[in-house]
Amino acid sequence: MSTFVSEFKTRATEKSGDLRHRQFIRTALRGYEAARDKRKGAFQSWEAARQAAAETKWEAVNHLDTHLEALVAKLEARGTKVHWASTGAQAREIIAKILREKNARCIIKSKAMTSEEIHLNDALEKEGFTVVESDLGEFIVQLRHETPYHIVFPSMHLTRGEIRDLFQKEIGDAPSDSPEDLTMVARRVMRQKYITADVGFTGANFAIAETGMISITENEGNSRLTSALPKTMITLIGIEKVLPRFADLALFLPMLATAGAGQPMTCYNTMYSGPRQPGECDGPEEWHVVLLDNRRTELLADAEQRDSLHCIRCGACLNVCPIFRNVGGHTYGTTYSGPVGAVITPHLRGLQDWKHLSNASSLCGACTEACPVKIDLHHHLLQNRRNASASEPAFFEKLAYQLFGIVANEPKFWSLAKKIGWLTQPLQRAVKGSALDPAKAWTKTRDLPPMPQETFKDWWRNRK
Amino acid sequence: MSERENILGRIREALKVPAPLPGSHGDTSVYTPAKAPVSHAREWLPSVGASMAEQFELFAKNAADLKADFQLLASREELKAALAKIATAEKWSLIASHDGELSNFASRSLGLPVLLTDKGYDVQAMEKCDAGITECDALIAQTGGVAVTSRSAGGRALSVLPPHHVVVARREQLVADLPAAFALLQQKYAPDFPSMISFITGPSRTGDIERILVLGAHGPKKLTILCL
Amino acid sequence: MTVTLFIPCFVDALYPRAGISMVEILERVGHRVVCPEEIACCGQPPFNSGYHAEARTIATPVLEKLADAEAIVIGSGSCGAMVKKFYPELFAGTRHAELAKQVAARTWEFSDFLVSKLGVTDIGAKFPHKVTFHDGCHGLRELGIQKQPRALLANVRELELVEMPEVSCCGFGGTFAAKFPMISTAMGEVKCASAAETGAEYIVSSDSSCLMHIQGLLSRQGKPTKTISLAEVLNAR
Repeated sequence: MSTFVSEFKTRATEKSGDLRHRQFIRTALRGYEAARDKRKGAFQSWEAARQAAAETKWEAVNHLDTHLEALVAKLEARGTKVHWASTGAQAREIIAKILREKNARCIIKSKAMTSEEIHLNDALEKEGFTVVESDLGEFIVQLRHETPYHIVFPSMHLTRGEIRDLFQKEIGDAPSDSPEDLTMVARRVMRQKYITADVGFTGANFAIAETGMISITENEGNSRLTSALPKTMITLIGIEKVLPRFADLALFLPMLATAGAGQPMTCYNTMYSGPRQPGECDGPEEWHVVLLDNRRTELLADAEQRDSLHCIRCGACLNVCPIFRNVGGHTYGTTYSGPVGAVITPHLRGLQDWKHLSNASSLCGACTEACPVKIDLHHHLLQNRRNASASEPAFFEKLAYQLFGIVANEPKFWSLAKKIGWLTQPLQRAVKGSALDPAKAWTKTRDLPPMPQETFKDWWRNRK
Repeated sequence: MSERENILGRIREALKVPAPLPGSHGDTSVYTPAKAPVSHAREWLPSVGASMAEQFELFAKNAADLKADFQLLASREELKAALAKIATAEKWSLIASHDGELSNFASRSLGLPVLLTDKGYDVQAMEKCDAGITECDALIAQTGGVAVTSRSAGGRALSVLPPHHVVVARREQLVADLPAAFALLQQKYAPDFPSMISFITGPSRTGDIERILVLGAHGPKKLTILCL
Repeated sequence: MTVTLFIPCFVDALYPRAGISMVEILERVGHRVVCPEEIACCGQPPFNSGYHAEARTIATPVLEKLADAEAIVIGSGSCGAMVKKFYPELFAGTRHAELAKQVAARTWEFSDFLVSKLGVTDIGAKFPHKVTFHDGCHGLRELGIQKQPRALLANVRELELVEMPEVSCCGFGGTFAAKFPMISTAMGEVKCASAAETGAEYIVSSDSSCLMHIQGLLSRQGKPTKTISLAEVLNAR
């Protein structure tokens, strides 16, 4: 068993037993669900919109080379510097090099899961740069030296009391535990940082091929400020984020808001087509866009699961996933959690090391139902399991299924197996739940059903 | 070989194998994806009434839900009075704006010092402003939001740095829905787009602390839309 | 017509009354029932863990035995999904590919068969209790079973149906229950709490595997709520 899997199981055990945490997350997500259902209901046809979104993303991803070339040509024509990074290490180096060339000291960031993916902050801080997360949730987890708990709501696991204590300890400023007061603390801290930062860093939600734009969705306005004030702006974006047309945003922006946050529209949806242009009075003099592969092309090559690159990172699948709700985002131990994380992490980080994320699911399918772009998430989990077992079968598990195969469809063996089960029930009850119990994975927390003496097949046979 | 060529090469190689049809989930029934299906988006997005009156009513309702202050005004005098009322209540002493027919009327009407952004500005000076007054490109009934650009609204920071953003608009700028807004922007600007286009839907907000809504996270705490 | 009823492994061994109820109901509405004795399992456990070859070994005799069936009814949502949705995928590219598609096309889950195929919603049942219905995920999302059980329960005399506040997975998930027991248990606890909120005496489901997991938790916790299969409720008089 790799350490990743044993760590996952340890964390999962701890978190699923943490009733306070479970209840807190449930309460948070109940509010989201009510809002989401209301917004979905406002659509004249949410299902038709999903199908159109699925088709648009299919068009984008299945012609990815053409769209990327169009995007880059348009960006470069207006003065944007575009960089291509095959790996996270290359992306980090590209970004660090820009900072060095600009003699930058402080970089202000708006939320970017890709930057978490490539562990950018650590790398930049080791080189001596000051990195400030401006998104409130990211700011909070940065102070805690934690990774984001959820791809959309980074600090949803924390109570106001915990945040107040954190601000008191790290900033020395926490007038109360009211969300309003705490938010204003963060606002105050950030004001001068926007104005004095040397470099602004953003992620991106979409890249528009037709018009050469990067589209960023946010509620707080911190990304708007990060993109307005510093002299140099850097945007990191996964290559799969492409949409073919400007007009596609009319569908995707409200769907992202609805599925992701239960909002009709997120507060700021901003499209950038270049650095400051002639005649404009502000904006960065230089804009660097870094296109990140980092094994996305491997996922692209898996045609069966290619649609997982359609993901718009809305977080809807996390919100509905009973596994996520019970173990929380940190248990996954990787950047992308929830169902989409369980699907793509084995591709992005290694199948054998991360297949346990695909195994840790009851395959309920709530994720597939919730996905606004109709990614076949829960079936991809099954496919990951198939691929993992095919390349490295687990010896005893495979043997058990082979034996089961012999027993199940040979009536004499099947009858015998049932009889043995019925006879050994008293023995099992004696060791129930203990280390001796072969069924202890079950019986630690659950009773086994009693086996009746007459099975269905017995009854059927006696009938005749 | 450059990384660009490496990445594009891997993409082309990967795409040699076709993917299942969108949304099909392994179902083998065959259908043809619609061309630019998003052109039908209007049919699926929330409905918007056909008449201007219905659309203004929807805009007003949406703006109220967002806690944005929307006022439909009959004349420039009313606009001046509405703005003066806010300025007095909030004790404005310095405002920022840009050179535009309506924005000039609004910003000058207050008799306060005005920082104009058009020829460049000192950010620390803007940070001292109590409000930013801008024009906009469209009001969108479907969302209760406004569309601004770096060209038509005084740059990138003016509509997001000051704590109160006031939009001065004309009735004719109302469009029904997002598809109409995107079409308008494309028609107005393509191919030479402003470097920033932003859809602003309500004052700045966050729910990052216990999912409780707080306004004015980093952007403006207040958004006022005064429409002539 | 002749209905071939496939009673899956755990229903056979652990919940025979659910299977017996199905036989009696189908005969009562006027059909001849046959239960193939030679097959016991649809092959879902290995399939779920990614062992397709082993799954095919178990599933091939099932396919062959069901090849000539006029109508196939499966006594569980998850096994129904296995045959109807996953057999075509499991056998794709093998010599049984076409047969798998044909068998899938003639397969129904029990409540779906009664309501959608036979048009029957009233079997003259009486069950004077307050119940809540648990939608097994495979039945719900793979087979679209949601309205059918409720249409049947609506005609059970003196039965009061109260819905749980939310739809959620019970946490059984097949081998998941044994491989990730802590998560499975947490999910089950959420389900039990949800059911308790309704005040129902019985939790009813088309999926006996879900009920096995839920009942296991309820019994361990000493809770009075009972579980019962949909078929037994419909057969109650």
